[in-house]
Amino acid sequence: MSFDPAIAALVPPGSRVLDLGCGTGELLEHLIKHQGCSGYGVELNDANLLACVKRGVNVIQRNLEEGLAIFEDQSFDVVLQLETLQHLRNAEQMLRETARVGKIGIVSFPNFAHWPNRLQVLTGRMPVTRALPYEWYDTPNIRVGTFADFEILARKNRLKILDSFGLQAGRVVRTAPNLLASVAVFKFERE
Amino acid sequence: MTGRSVGEVSPQSFHFDEPLRLRSGASFGPYDLMVETYGRLNAERSNAVLVCHALNASHHVAGTYAGQARSEGWWDNLIGPGKPLDTDKFFVIGINNLGSCFGSTGPMHLNPATGRAWGADFPVVTVQDWVDAQARVVARFGIQKLAAVLGGSLGGMQALDWALRYPERLAHCVAIATAPNLSAQNIAFNEVARRAIVTDPDFHGGHFYAHGVVPKRGLRVARMIGHITYLSDDVMAEKFGRELKTGELGYTTQEIEFQIESYLRHQGDKFSDYFDANTYLLITRALDYFDPAAEHGGDLTRAFASATAKFLVASFTTDWRFSPARSREIVKALLDNRLEVSYAEIDAPHGHDAFLLDDPRYHGVLRAYFERIASGLQRPAGLTLKGVAV
Repeated sequence: MSFDPAIAALVPPGSRVLDLGCGTGELLEHLIKHQGCSGYGVELNDANLLACVKRGVNVIQRNLEEGLAIFEDQSFDVVLQLETLQHLRNAEQMLRETARVGKIGIVSFPNFAHWPNRLQVLTGRMPVTRALPYEWYDTPNIRVGTFADFEILARKNRLKILDSFGLQAGRVVRTAPNLLASVAVFKFERE
Repeated sequence: MTGRSVGEVSPQSFHFDEPLRLRSGASFGPYDLMVETYGRLNAERSNAVLVCHALNASHHVAGTYAGQARSEGWWDNLIGPGKPLDTDKFFVIGINNLGSCFGSTGPMHLNPATGRAWGADFPVVTVQDWVDAQARVVARFGIQKLAAVLGGSLGGMQALDWALRYPERLAHCVAIATAPNLSAQNIAFNEVARRAIVTDPDFHGGHFYAHGVVPKRGLRVARMIGHITYLSDDVMAEKFGRELKTGELGYTTQEIEFQIESYLRHQGDKFSDYFDANTYLLITRALDYFDPAAEHGGDLTRAFASATAKFLVASFTTDWRFSPARSREIVKALLDNRLEVSYAEIDAPHGHDAFLLDDPRYHGVLRAYFERIASGLQRPAGLTLKGVAV
């Protein structure tokens, strides 16, 4: 399973969902089959697109860097942006677009402040971990932020955080997630 | 390429006595339409796929004609046993549209009112008229609901029109390399082609049949212009570049110097040998007129409000005739109406022509989509078991 059940659980049953960077459509298929949801994925990669079509999951081939103009304001109950924000040049703009298109936004991204990362930076080296498996010179993660950073960005963009937690080795971390979790998860809406 | 040919096929002619009410207000008929089918219609009559043709194609979509070399149908790479549109699973129908020149009633046939060929007097037909005529053919097969209507380019417009005006009669709409209407640039290219034909001295106001001539010069130029728009700049550069026919400049303005000239002239010659000049005028006009949003104040979203089908839309990144932006307009209208849609934007180098080629990403998506449709057919919707819907 390529998605975390804790994230699926954040999506209210019956929601109309837009999954930005939906990959092979596994989460969307789960939400449709088991939570009565409907919706679309957005995906750039040809192989992932094909996997979605094979599953029977609606998918729109689009580069997220080119924006979400094709989607109307507040046209989805939930917009998911899982493990994609860190790859986008216009990450803040995409966050705003997520909040424009969806009534609820759910994002996840690698938490740079997870303690092993902090240790590696203290030794003078950029971290290479399971959540951040790349070298500094070849990483697709062009936006590296922390759990705490996102709270500040959300405030700046007038997003009200409805729920937030960390994920570490498949477990939900609600105590000191900025230190103890490799992945940050936020559920938010517009103020 | 996987899959086999459907083998030798033969067309059949369908006669319709009842006149067809045309968009122009005219009534047309009786008339005949040429039809080919591949695969077998299942007992529930639920596995039929209608394939709509574009400008210069016909009902001969797949397979070959006995004793004719190189007579493969125009979409033979897509349709056949084990091919993306698998004739072991689907019953595929190809229909030659009214006004065309491949056996269906057209301008070269006798106008009963005058006793001579219709020529330029053949009524102007629209995409909607064609779809209405196709619907009659489908009804004659006893098919209540098509599993899918599929088309590329002008054929894609017909598929969209099916979804808008016969929503209860198709489950899926597959629209490839198409547009919700022509741009001014598209219409401009069509008009240049039409003027080339109409100003050919052999055109005789569209009544050239009586003179025993064909306006070949006009048809050649029309086809040359068309061909330029079907190819991308990149693919032309790659195929021909600035390559010279003889390897050196001949310092002539009349003879062929560059290979691209040779190619275009060859395409023009070939086309003028088999295509009808009046049909070219009619079909380009049908393209110009297609504009489903026009009846809804230019609002494509409202135009699609009647649709209920599930959609697959595909475009090609280097297609500048019907660019991906035009397909995205269609996708947006479908999304606005909360219709089910998948959209593939295939990064293929071949321009508009790509829809007829077998790019593996493109054919992969079509194969997967049709496999989904086929798997849904195995348990027909509305099937009841002991009075309980399952």
